[in-house]
Amino acid sequence: MTKAGTGTGITVAQADTPAPVARLPRRRGIELALILMAVLLSVFGYCNVGLAQHDALPPGAAGYGAGLGVLAFLAHLAVRLRAPYADPLLLPIGVLLNGLGLVLIYRLDLETPGDRAAPTQLVWSTLGVALFIVVVLLLRDHRVLQRYAYVCVAAALALLTVPIFFPAVNGARIWIRIEGFSIQPGEFAKVLLAVFFAAYLAANRSALAYAGRRVWRLQLPTGRVLGPILAVWLVSVGVLVLERDLGTSLLFFGLFVVLLYVATGRTGWIAVGLLLASLGAVAVGWLEPHVHGRVEDWLHPFASIEAGHGPNQLAQSLFAFAAGGVTGTGLGLGHSVLIGFAVKSDFILATAGEELGFLGLSAVFLLYGLLVERGYRAGLGARDPFGRLLAVGLSSIVALQVFVIAGGVTGLIPLTGMAMPFLAQGGSSVVTNWAIVALLIRVSHAARSQAGGRAEP
Amino acid sequence: MTRNIRHAAVFCALLLVALVVNAARVQIVQKPEYDDNPANRRPDIARYQQPRGDILVGGRAVTGSRDTGEHLRFERTYADGPMYAPITGFASQAYGTTLLEHAEDGLLSGADPMLAPLPLWNDVTGAHNPGGDVVTTIDGAAQRAAFEGLGGRKGAVAAIEPATGRVLALVSTPSYDPQLLAGNSAAATRTWNRLNADPDKPMLNRAVSRTYPPGSTFKVVTAAAALDAGVIRDLDAPTRSPDPYTLPGTRTKLTNEADGCRNASLREAFEWSCNTVFAKLGVDVGVRGMTAMAEAFGFNDDGLRVPFPVARSTFDTSVDRAQLGLSSIGQYNTRATPLQMATVAAAVAGGGQVRSPYLVERTLRAGGSLVAAAGSRPSREVMRPSTAALLKELMTGVVDKGTGAKAAIPGATVGGKTGTAQHGVGNSGTPYAWFISWARGAGDIEPKVAVAVVVEGSAADREGISGGGLAAPIARAVMEAVLGG
Repeated sequence: MTKAGTGTGITVAQADTPAPVARLPRRRGIELALILMAVLLSVFGYCNVGLAQHDALPPGAAGYGAGLGVLAFLAHLAVRLRAPYADPLLLPIGVLLNGLGLVLIYRLDLETPGDRAAPTQLVWSTLGVALFIVVVLLLRDHRVLQRYAYVCVAAALALLTVPIFFPAVNGARIWIRIEGFSIQPGEFAKVLLAVFFAAYLAANRSALAYAGRRVWRLQLPTGRVLGPILAVWLVSVGVLVLERDLGTSLLFFGLFVVLLYVATGRTGWIAVGLLLASLGAVAVGWLEPHVHGRVEDWLHPFASIEAGHGPNQLAQSLFAFAAGGVTGTGLGLGHSVLIGFAVKSDFILATAGEELGFLGLSAVFLLYGLLVERGYRAGLGARDPFGRLLAVGLSSIVALQVFVIAGGVTGLIPLTGMAMPFLAQGGSSVVTNWAIVALLIRVSHAARSQAGGRAEP
Repeated sequence: MTRNIRHAAVFCALLLVALVVNAARVQIVQKPEYDDNPANRRPDIARYQQPRGDILVGGRAVTGSRDTGEHLRFERTYADGPMYAPITGFASQAYGTTLLEHAEDGLLSGADPMLAPLPLWNDVTGAHNPGGDVVTTIDGAAQRAAFEGLGGRKGAVAAIEPATGRVLALVSTPSYDPQLLAGNSAAATRTWNRLNADPDKPMLNRAVSRTYPPGSTFKVVTAAAALDAGVIRDLDAPTRSPDPYTLPGTRTKLTNEADGCRNASLREAFEWSCNTVFAKLGVDVGVRGMTAMAEAFGFNDDGLRVPFPVARSTFDTSVDRAQLGLSSIGQYNTRATPLQMATVAAAVAGGGQVRSPYLVERTLRAGGSLVAAAGSRPSREVMRPSTAALLKELMTGVVDKGTGAKAAIPGATVGGKTGTAQHGVGNSGTPYAWFISWARGAGDIEPKVAVAVVVEGSAADREGISGGGLAAPIARAVMEAVLGG
C-alpha cells in the first residue's frame, strides 16, 4: 500500500479501508476561519503601508477589506455549496497571496503617482474570483474536461500564436493590446495545455510506457503515440521562442517532462528531457541576443555598474533583497521602486523581500510551497489518472513558475520575465491562477469525497 | 503512479529549498556587500529622508530644509546664502558637504550617536534621530557689515573676539548661493560647473582657505619679536637703520613708500610702515627669534580647525638673512590667511594672550537639549604682556595719526595696522590691500573685537590700493557693528 494522504493532521487517508465512500471531514469551518485570517492579514498590511507612509490609516482600508472579504466569502460559499469536501487550505492561500499582492501593488502605487495599478488589479482579481466561482459551481466533475482535450489544445495553440501579430513590448511578443487594454494569452494557454497533456497522457500512458523500440537502455514508445504530444509541445515551445518568452517555454517544457514522468514512471524521460533542455537552453542563450544578455546579467549582475552605466534591474533587485535583511524594512518603508518599470510585475517579489525581509519572503515561499503540496495531495487522492495528472500538472505550473521568477529576481538562475502567481500586477495572470485553484479545488473535492478507494493498484 | 507523483513532489520541494537558501545568501550572507555597493542609493535616500538640523546665527537659523517629495526627499535651503557661505559651506545631494555642513555633518544629519537619548537604542529600533542644530559664534551684524563692506570686490574678512577666540565674522567675496547646489537637478549641475569654471573662484573660502602675503600687517609680528627679544626697548629711540636698506649679502636696495624712515623710531616706523626699519629689525632678531614669535601667533600650524580646517599660514624657517629681511615685512614666503591675521590682532588686543579661534558655540538636539558646548579653550601666551601693551600703543598710533586713520571710531579706542602686499612675478600682480585692527568701546575694559580685512584690488583701482584706503573702512564697519551690538 501507499501512504497517500497521511502525514498531516487534517487528512488521514484510509488507503486499505475497502469502504467505497469513506469520506474525509469537510472542514469548511476551518476554511472560513483561515479566509478570515487571510483577509485580516491583508487589511493589516494595507493599514501598515498607510501608517508607514503618511502616519494615517489609508482612507480606502475599509473598502479594501470589505471588497476582499466579500470576494473571499462568495468563493467560500461556492465551495461550501458545490465542493464541500475540497481541501480547506487551497482557497485561503489564494486569498492571502492575492491580498498580499494587492497590498504590494498599492504600496508601489504610492511611489509612482502617475501610474496606479492597484484598482485595475482589484478589478482583475474580482474577475478571477468570479471565474473561480463559475468553475466551482458549473464544473460538477473535472473528468468532463477530458472530453475537451483537443478543443483545449487548439485553443492553447491559437492563444499562443495570436501575439505574434501584435508589436513586441519590452522585447517580448506575448501581449495583445487593444485600446490600451492588454492581456497575455500565454497565461491562459498554460491551463489549457495542462488539461490537454493530462488527458492525452492519461489515455495513452500504457502505450507510452511499454510499446516501441528499444534504443540502448531506453524503451521508446511508438511514434504514433508519442508523435502528437511531442508535436504539440514542440510547436508551443517553438512559438514561445519566436515570441522571446523564454520563461513560459521553460515552464511548458518542465510541465511536459514532469507529466511524462508521472504518467510513465520512466526515469529515462527525465534524462532525455534534461539533455534536450540543456542543449536548447545553451543554443538559445548563445544565439539569441535578448536571452544572451539575460545570461550575461545573471553571471555579472554588477557589470553595468563597473562600466559606469549604473545598476541594471537585476542589480537593483539584489540591492532591494539585501536591504531587507532578515526582518525587512517594514511595509511601505523600502525603496524597491528604484528597480524601475517592472517593479510591480516581474520584480514584485523584490518589494516583498525588502519590506518583509528574509522571514517574510520565506513565509511567502512557504505559502506557495503549501499551495503546491495541497495540489499534489489532491492528485495523490484522485481516483482517476486524468484527475491525478491534472492536479499534478497544475501544481507543477505554480511550482515551476515560482521557481523560475523568484530564482530569476534573486540571481539564482537567469532572469526570464514571468509573473509571480497572485502577487504580480497582471490581469491574465491573476485570472489564470484563480482558474488553477478552482480546478485544484474540484479535483480535491472529488478525491476527498471518496477517499477510501484507489484509482489504481 | 503514486510513487512518481511523490518523486515529482520531492523535486518541487527541492526547488523551494533552493529558493529559500538562495534568499538567505542574498539577504543575509551577501547583505553587507550589496548594501555597501556605491551604486546602491539607499544610504543616500536614508540620509535625505529627514530634514537636516540647522545652523544658527544669533538665535536665527540661516539654513532650512525643503521637502521635495522626491526620492532624496529633503533639500537644503539657505537664508542669505552668499553672505553665510564661508561659514555654512553647502550641503548638496550631488556634491556632498563642505565647511560647517561637512564638519558637523553627523550632528546635522542625525547620524551622530551622541544624538540618541540612550546609546545603542537606535540600533535596536532602527530609528533615525532628527538632526541637531549648530549654534555658531557669528555676530550677524558684523557678518553683514563685512559682506556689504566688501561689496563687489574680491576679498575676505575675519573677525574674532580676543578674550575668547569666538569667530564673529567670516566673509569671502565673491561668494555664491549654496542653495543652488542643494539638489541633484540639472540646474545644480550647471551651477556647479559654472562656479568651478569661474576664474574668480566664488567657492574658495578666502577667509580661511587662501593664504596671502600679509605685507606690512606682518610688521606687528616683527615688532613683537623685536620688543620681546629686547632688540628694541624704547618705542621712541631712533633705530640704526639706513634708507634705503641693502638686504644683507645682496645688492638689492629696499625702499619705503613714506619719507623720513632713516633711523626712525619704532613708533614712527610703525605709524608710517617703514619697510627698511622692519626688515633690519627682523634680521637683527634672527631666524630663530622671528620663527618663534611667528609660530607663537599661529604660523606654521597645520592643525587648526574651527571646526573645519584652516589653511596653514607660513613663515619660512630656512631663509638667509636677505630672505629673512623680506619675510619680516610680510613678503618672500610669508603667507597668512585672513583668520590668522585676525588672530595676530587679537593677540595684541588680548594683552599677549590668545585663544584658538572657534566657530561653534554649542550643538543642540532637535528638542533643544545640549549635546556639546565649546568649553573654554586654553589660552597661550604669545608675547609678554608688556610687549602687548607697547604694541597696543603703536597700533592706536596708526589709527590716530598714521596710515589707518579711516578706521577710527569716535568714542572708541581702535588700534590697527595697514598693509599693501606685493605679489606675482616681479611684483606684477595687483597688490593686496590689508588692514588688521582691534577696537575697545568706551565702556569696555577689554577690546571686544579684532579684525583682519584683505581686498584683492582690481586693475582699475591700482593707484589707490592701500590698506588704509580700501581695507580700513571695512574693518571699521565690522568693529562698529560689534561695539554697537
